Amino acid sequence: MAPILEVRNLTKQFGKGKERVTAVDSVSFAIEPGETVCLVGESGCGKSTTGRMVAGLLEATSGEVLFEGKNIKQLDSAAFRRYRQSVQIIHQDPYSSLNPTQTVRQILTAPLLRHNKVKPGATAEKRALELLEVVDLTPARDVIDKYPHQLSGGQRQRVAVARALTVDPKFIVADEAVSMVDVSIRVSILTMLARLKEEFHVTFLFITHDLALAKYFAWEGRITVMYLGRIVEDGPTQRLITDPRHPYTQALLSAVPEADPELAQHKRQIELRGAEIPSLLALPPGCTFHPRCPYFAPGLCDVAAPPLEAIPEGGRVACPVRRQERVSLLV
Amino acid sequence: MAKNKLDWHTGEQNNGRAPLSLENVHVSYATRRGKVRAIRGVTLDLHAGESLALIGESGSGKSTLGLAIVRLLPETAETSPGVITYRRDGREVDVLRLKPNEMREFRWSECAMVFQAALNAFNPVLKVWAQALDTAKAHGWHDKDAIRRRLVELLEFVQLDPKRVIDSYPHELSGGMRQRVLLALSLLLNPQILILDEPTTALDIITQRTIIKLLRELKEEQHFTMIFISHDLAIAAELADRVATMYAGRVVELGASDDIFYRPRHPYTLGLIRAVPTVTGGFEQLFSIPGSPPDLVELPSGCKFHPRCAFATDRCKQEEPELEEVGPGHTAACWHWREVEAELQRNPLHRGALNVLDVIEIDEEVVS
Repeated sequence: MAPILEVRNLTKQFGKGKERVTAVDSVSFAIEPGETVCLVGESGCGKSTTGRMVAGLLEATSGEVLFEGKNIKQLDSAAFRRYRQSVQIIHQDPYSSLNPTQTVRQILTAPLLRHNKVKPGATAEKRALELLEVVDLTPARDVIDKYPHQLSGGQRQRVAVARALTVDPKFIVADEAVSMVDVSIRVSILTMLARLKEEFHVTFLFITHDLALAKYFAWEGRITVMYLGRIVEDGPTQRLITDPRHPYTQALLSAVPEADPELAQHKRQIELRGAEIPSLLALPPGCTFHPRCPYFAPGLCDVAAPPLEAIPEGGRVACPVRRQERVSLLV
Repeated sequence: MAKNKLDWHTGEQNNGRAPLSLENVHVSYATRRGKVRAIRGVTLDLHAGESLALIGESGSGKSTLGLAIVRLLPETAETSPGVITYRRDGREVDVLRLKPNEMREFRWSECAMVFQAALNAFNPVLKVWAQALDTAKAHGWHDKDAIRRRLVELLEFVQLDPKRVIDSYPHELSGGMRQRVLLALSLLLNPQILILDEPTTALDIITQRTIIKLLRELKEEQHFTMIFISHDLAIAAELADRVATMYAGRVVELGASDDIFYRPRHPYTLGLIRAVPTVTGGFEQLFSIPGSPPDLVELPSGCKFHPRCAFATDRCKQEEPELEEVGPGHTAACWHWREVEAELQRNPLHRGALNVLDVIEIDEEVVS
């Protein structure tokens, strides 16, 4: 199948002169229709910047974003508008992404009317009510005339999802979409998003720092791990979680605190050579993980950036030293 | 390493009595909408050398309880009725009756609070050394050399390079370094109890792990008495000896960490555990808790959890259950805890582990 979205050598730099940083460095991946891909990494790894470029909110410094096979930079204005509708983004903070002076009705009907998705009047309201039901905000009539401040965090995030759905998107970038929602209701929002995938054939790029959440949401999909602007490893979720190959992925997975005392006791402790993440302003040469990596090979890792190469078990690993080695995360 | 030289209070001086006891503690806030009942009768003993985790969602009262112990609540808060008793070296004080100068002495030198490592936990115009000096002086300690030696020891203990950190401003440090500096500062006056409010929240994963390791050392090697406040169950699973689940201002379940994680008896604890995924556990079926946390001004009748509870009956709507014993050292406040027990016998909580090599072999079979 042809990918619905592809990025090639996508690069984003911010700042000028000495202050110039490369937030995303030559990132390439492709997502097929219906696939769920999680982009994971720590703060500053470039995952959100990548998401914003994919959604057309930020222009790449170099490289290409292809949506349904077409480079978005070469689209005419009508086609670009269609692309912008097809790719929607859901932000982390439902407290600031919704206009506090508008009711849910206004939040939902404005884009419906603006993009000619319905005729004015009764049909716009009917569609808004339908969408509220799609995101499990029922009874929809009780919610539609409320202001965001009258809703809980979880309900607000559902309204944000409903708003994204007004323009019939094919692709949704969910950037830390449940990070601010209470743990007890996170799962129901993830389940709702998973249902959209099935019922509306929406493809998801799910951006999160929470590996356990990524594992749960993309169990049948793929995970891509970023570190300091580059992809260090990707692959089918079940392979990547159980058999991580890049030392950074291993360090990350072993570091995640586990909500289970037995697992917490048996987690392998991987000692890094350096605790602090290098600054984007002064990146180390070669593999940017080498100053912290327990498997650092002098003369190799600190010379050239290792290429992302496929492994037979599925996915790609940017580490020539450890690509073949299995490490158990539990001891 | 320097830490071995430190003189820690381990609470053994109390002849087995709890260094901190809460008795029927209430906290409410006056607001325009009415009284917010943030804590509604918490009774709890903190044992010497134990680490206790307070878990619950936002609004459950866990942070308010922490702040109430060191009396750092805003002025609109009313802490009564209730008694908080603190014990050290055979002495006993009623924390809520301490005068302002005694309270200043109590905070930090007896019971120190470590806040989430936001910049606003520091004075932004003071270097780390000046923050420590200020703190020490405010507590009547004026020997600069001794203070500096102590600070250097503590910075080494939290695995920071004292030379790099001691003359830095807070903004020059990363989040993880700031959290470690806060931890070092909190130990400066040798307190008996540490209260840590969301100690790893907002930190990156690998940094979180370094903080968890440090806290484990404090717990396992120095036997520090600690209270962890976190919305993150993983912090409780990683660090706590005992766990208290809070809901709508009450402790609804209290027990040893393993009892809480594998044999919970309160439906809310069970719900929280079933809502949280792990990384190395087997693939788990997760469930959310329906509804949202309660409105603390207009609390539901009876058991405050009943509108969200699958086990609720008419009795739950009318009568609020008290904590009762459900096992050795394990209490829960639920009319239906036996049904929760039966449910767990049908569907146990042990997730098992994803054994790395096993899973891959299974996958290969599926493929071929």
